[in-house]
Amino acid sequence: MRANSRVAYLYILPGFLVFALFVLMPLGHTAWLSLYDWDGITLGTWTGLDNYTEQLADPDVRTAFSHSMVFLFFFAALPVGLGLVLASVLSRFRLRGLGFFRTVIFLPQVVTAVVVGIAWRWMYADEGTINQLLSAVGLDGLARAWLGDFTWALPALGLVGTWVMSGLCMVLFLAGISKIDASLYEAARVDGAGPVREFFAVTLPGLKQEMAVGLTLTTIAALRSFDLVYVTTGGGPGNATNVPGFEIYKLAFRQGAVGEACAVAVMLTVLIFTVVLLITRLLREKL
Amino acid sequence: MNARFERLGAYTFLCLFALAVLLPLFSILSVALQPQGAPVTGLSWPDDPQWGNFARAWSTGSFGDLITSSVIVAVVVVPVATVLSVMTGYAFGTMRFRGSTPLFYVMLIGIVMPYEATVVPLYYDLRQFGLTDNYLGLMLPEIGLSVSFGTFWMRAFFLSTPRALIEAARMDGANSFTVLFRILLPVARPAVTTLMVLFFVWSWNEFLLSLVLLQDPAVRTAPAGLGLFVGQRTTDVAGLSAGALIVTVPVVIVYLFLQRHVIRGMLQGAVKG
Repeated sequence: MRANSRVAYLYILPGFLVFALFVLMPLGHTAWLSLYDWDGITLGTWTGLDNYTEQLADPDVRTAFSHSMVFLFFFAALPVGLGLVLASVLSRFRLRGLGFFRTVIFLPQVVTAVVVGIAWRWMYADEGTINQLLSAVGLDGLARAWLGDFTWALPALGLVGTWVMSGLCMVLFLAGISKIDASLYEAARVDGAGPVREFFAVTLPGLKQEMAVGLTLTTIAALRSFDLVYVTTGGGPGNATNVPGFEIYKLAFRQGAVGEACAVAVMLTVLIFTVVLLITRLLREKL
Repeated sequence: MNARFERLGAYTFLCLFALAVLLPLFSILSVALQPQGAPVTGLSWPDDPQWGNFARAWSTGSFGDLITSSVIVAVVVVPVATVLSVMTGYAFGTMRFRGSTPLFYVMLIGIVMPYEATVVPLYYDLRQFGLTDNYLGLMLPEIGLSVSFGTFWMRAFFLSTPRALIEAARMDGANSFTVLFRILLPVARPAVTTLMVLFFVWSWNEFLLSLVLLQDPAVRTAPAGLGLFVGQRTTDVAGLSAGALIVTVPVVIVYLFLQRHVIRGMLQGAVKG
């Protein structure tokens, strides 16, 4: 037993070492730095929890976190809902060419976020595709530079998230539905259930596991979002599309407020862990 | 009749969805093919598509260098992270040892944690050791994060292999190394392939770490270089779009050929605990 343990540790050691040195230690260091007032150059001074109280009261930071909640709707709620509906509609038929469609619809997941951002910058530009489409259907009046608009920039960015995550959800739920026992559907039909009742009585309960997975993936993506904001709006106009991830970057690398940045990073991490834990708990307990 | 009608509706849904996915990508392609400096509106196929824009972005736009950097990073990160993950996963999945459960949970942290939470001290710590603006400075954190997921993934695979297989081999006097190489790895090929494909996609697309840790243009990876070009408000919109597509092509090719692995990995790989 003891010799066995030693062998196991030896197998784990190299991987764990890299993980500990380049993930775990920096994470701890972030928490440590969050207790200091440090500009990245001179000697830092201990400030205890001051960074936290200061950042929690800061309107910019608060706005950033509230934008995260908006992103939760666009990155997580909307794609999961859309994916559920589409998957349950599609699963009712044996469709030819579904493989091709799956390939296309999942594609946004592998395209680099920076490229997604560049593509959508163009879509939303003054002379871009969205305005072109709008004027094609006679809605010129609605056309605008979407990402430069204080009201519309945030939902416009959110919709990019919907574009990225919906395919993932649909493919996930399609796979889940195919695993549901077909006799359950037959029983529902024998009982005279229509497509809607069938959805709530059979499909939805059968997809609990996939819902947990889908919500976890999309939620993490929503709260972590940085790449997209960096490339498309840089948090602007004004502060209209700022998110915690971008605020951390700005504070640390543009304003030299390292301690503050680390405090925001700790808050974001805690938020993500809490939400993920909540999702897995909620959807597990109902099983 | 009704069923046929419904089927038609389902196809319409699918086609609309697929179109919505492809529209931004086609838009950017149409921009990439415009003559340099020409005014562009939305999605408009140029009369005279300038495929030469891609060559220009590759050479003068330095996208060739960016791609080279990305390849160098991926070529090291993918195999190293895979080997380390197979080893850790093997230990967690087939051996009993003290502290295995807490240790495993600690390693899971890397899956959920946002990179924003480590990048700030990473920058200052790596700079102290002269590892910023150095490929190693990006490779090592990427390997660390990958191993976190890889441990989870390979452990799940090894747990699913029949214990009798391992026990029988041990009875015959095989040591743990032989069991892993002769017996488990041959059956693990699909799982390992999936892992490698995912590692490649992640490494290729990694943005924040590369942006912060590699600021020297000579070593910068493709997404970070691209992101900085956007920031510079370049006037060469066609060249930038062509560059963006060049950056996308490698992952898309991998995706098209190993699609099953990409989708399976991304869906099953989600956190379960």
